[in-house]
Amino acid sequence: MSSAVGAAPPRHAATPPTPEPTHRRRSYRLGRWDIKYSPYLYVAPFFILFGVFGLFPVLYTVYVSLFEYDLLSGTKEYVGLENYRVLLDDAQFWNAAYNTFGMFVLSTVPQLVVALMIANLLNRQMRARTLFRMGILIPNITSVAAVGIIFALIFADRYGLVNWLLGTVGIDPVAWRDNRYASWFAIAFMVDWRWTGYNALIYLGAMQAIPRDLYESASLDGASTWRQFWKITVPLIRPTILFTIIISTIGGLQIFTEPLMYGFGLIRGGASNEFQTLAMYIYERTFTGNFEYGSGAAMSWLLFLMIVVFALINFAMVRRSVKGEQK
Amino acid sequence: MTTMQTLPRTVTPAPQPPRRRRRAAPGARLWEASPLTYLALVIGSILSVFPIVWSFIIASRDNSAVYEMPPTPGGKLFENIDRMLANEDAAFLYGLVNSAVVSSVVTISVIFFSTLAGFAFAKLRFRGSNALLLVIILTMMVPTQLGIIPLYLMMVELGWTGTLQAVIVPFLVQGFGVFMMRQYAMSAVSDELIEAARLDGCSTWRVYWNVVLPALRPAAAVLGLLTFMQTWNEFLWPFVVLTPDTPTVQYSLKILSSGLYQTDYVALFAGTALATLPLLIVFIIFGRQIIGGIMEGAVKS
Repeated sequence: MSSAVGAAPPRHAATPPTPEPTHRRRSYRLGRWDIKYSPYLYVAPFFILFGVFGLFPVLYTVYVSLFEYDLLSGTKEYVGLENYRVLLDDAQFWNAAYNTFGMFVLSTVPQLVVALMIANLLNRQMRARTLFRMGILIPNITSVAAVGIIFALIFADRYGLVNWLLGTVGIDPVAWRDNRYASWFAIAFMVDWRWTGYNALIYLGAMQAIPRDLYESASLDGASTWRQFWKITVPLIRPTILFTIIISTIGGLQIFTEPLMYGFGLIRGGASNEFQTLAMYIYERTFTGNFEYGSGAAMSWLLFLMIVVFALINFAMVRRSVKGEQK
Repeated sequence: MTTMQTLPRTVTPAPQPPRRRRRAAPGARLWEASPLTYLALVIGSILSVFPIVWSFIIASRDNSAVYEMPPTPGGKLFENIDRMLANEDAAFLYGLVNSAVVSSVVTISVIFFSTLAGFAFAKLRFRGSNALLLVIILTMMVPTQLGIIPLYLMMVELGWTGTLQAVIVPFLVQGFGVFMMRQYAMSAVSDELIEAARLDGCSTWRVYWNVVLPALRPAAAVLGLLTFMQTWNEFLWPFVVLTPDTPTVQYSLKILSSGLYQTDYVALFAGTALATLPLLIVFIIFGRQIIGGIMEGAVKS
């Protein structure tokens, strides 16, 4: 930083040389071109790169899903909706969808509720404010792979930390992988651990934009803090809540790494797929065994539709309920 | 940041400075934290920090003592790190270097393209700019992870599988970054300053490079930190497109955690500790800025 201080003043002090009169006409034309078209040049890289590597693959997934790929000959054959039909008859697909949905609900709901509570706690005058904020955000900077490994041992069947804690209060050890719902709980816990603080900070940012005199007049009217929270805070940060719900839906339904690492890096997600998610099953079908690109693409597209539908449902539900509160 | 302070005239203060000063309102008693608040936050912080501390403790133990309770550190950290690094299949050091390269290139690129496009959207007038900005906001909602199969087929066509450009090029731009820079540029760069630079004969490019970019520096730094951490922690795509010969650090962790090495817990945890440490250092130094960035994103979106 100190070197930047030394270097900065001359850079800013230097005024660009005034254009020479002889070049005026040329630079005038250049200037007009510059003003009219250069903005497109500046925004173009985003649209080109996102279009090629972001949007196009998602849309092309539909095309791929209509083919059956043959690994040996390297050819593909048009099969229409056959891949979708096979999937809808596939028990492992429905199992994965069930797991994904279960983990999603189990992780998102507590995560956002607790985040809201923590944000409310942080939205006060206190000592060591930055320290507390860093304290709750720190899980978010750890990598998902590392988190998966660490929590796999915390929720280990034998000798795991949680089972040890349960043992000290006389509860029998839980089979954290063979029991489907126990595995969902452990994975949801992992997701919550990593994301609650992040969401809390987003809420806190929104809460601090609420004018304080609203609360002051409410407390003069005798409204309790709890009432103020539900009648003032929550309705006023509604756009932010909607935003986090959409983001959590998009992320939560694509969950992959946490269950993968939780099952010691095995793509099957438990001995009988107790915690295999859709993203894991897509990977299993596409990149292991027969490399069924068509089938994987069909599943990706179904997952995409699920995400859209869920995001819209959540959006509608929260908007209505919070609106109801407001009236 | 220091350069900004030397030019107070040119830069209007951002409406939400990352470091919020306490408001000394007279009726502020309502807003003072009660002991119960502190207690809840202390518990929350302990829950947050504990798994990380615990993983470092395991990394310092002997394999025979992994499961011993209560968790107290052992003295074998460096031994375990040595053994973990000696594991050729995981190529952990190589993974660390690869991750550093990938994250740095992606970060610089995202900052460059985001500030460039953000400046155009905030300060330049051009036909269709509102519609294009809306498109950028919508791209944030596209679950691009679902396009990995065509993207993978594309990489096969290009012959990029197993190479670092495969995990760099698709991440060179970011809708969130453009939006964030646009929001910041709206308030941090004054129109008069741009007009003055133009009258002095600056081309649009020079306006960007000499006027806008220095003013955007604080926000660009936050964007850079967030992008670096995100890229460093990326898992699924590197796992799909790279090979164990050219891993990123997360891929190395995956190799360490499965198969034969699953039983060597202390070495595995030495790996998670080393993979987390760089970000932990970044977080301790720049935590305040990162927090400010996350909170501001909320207000502005």
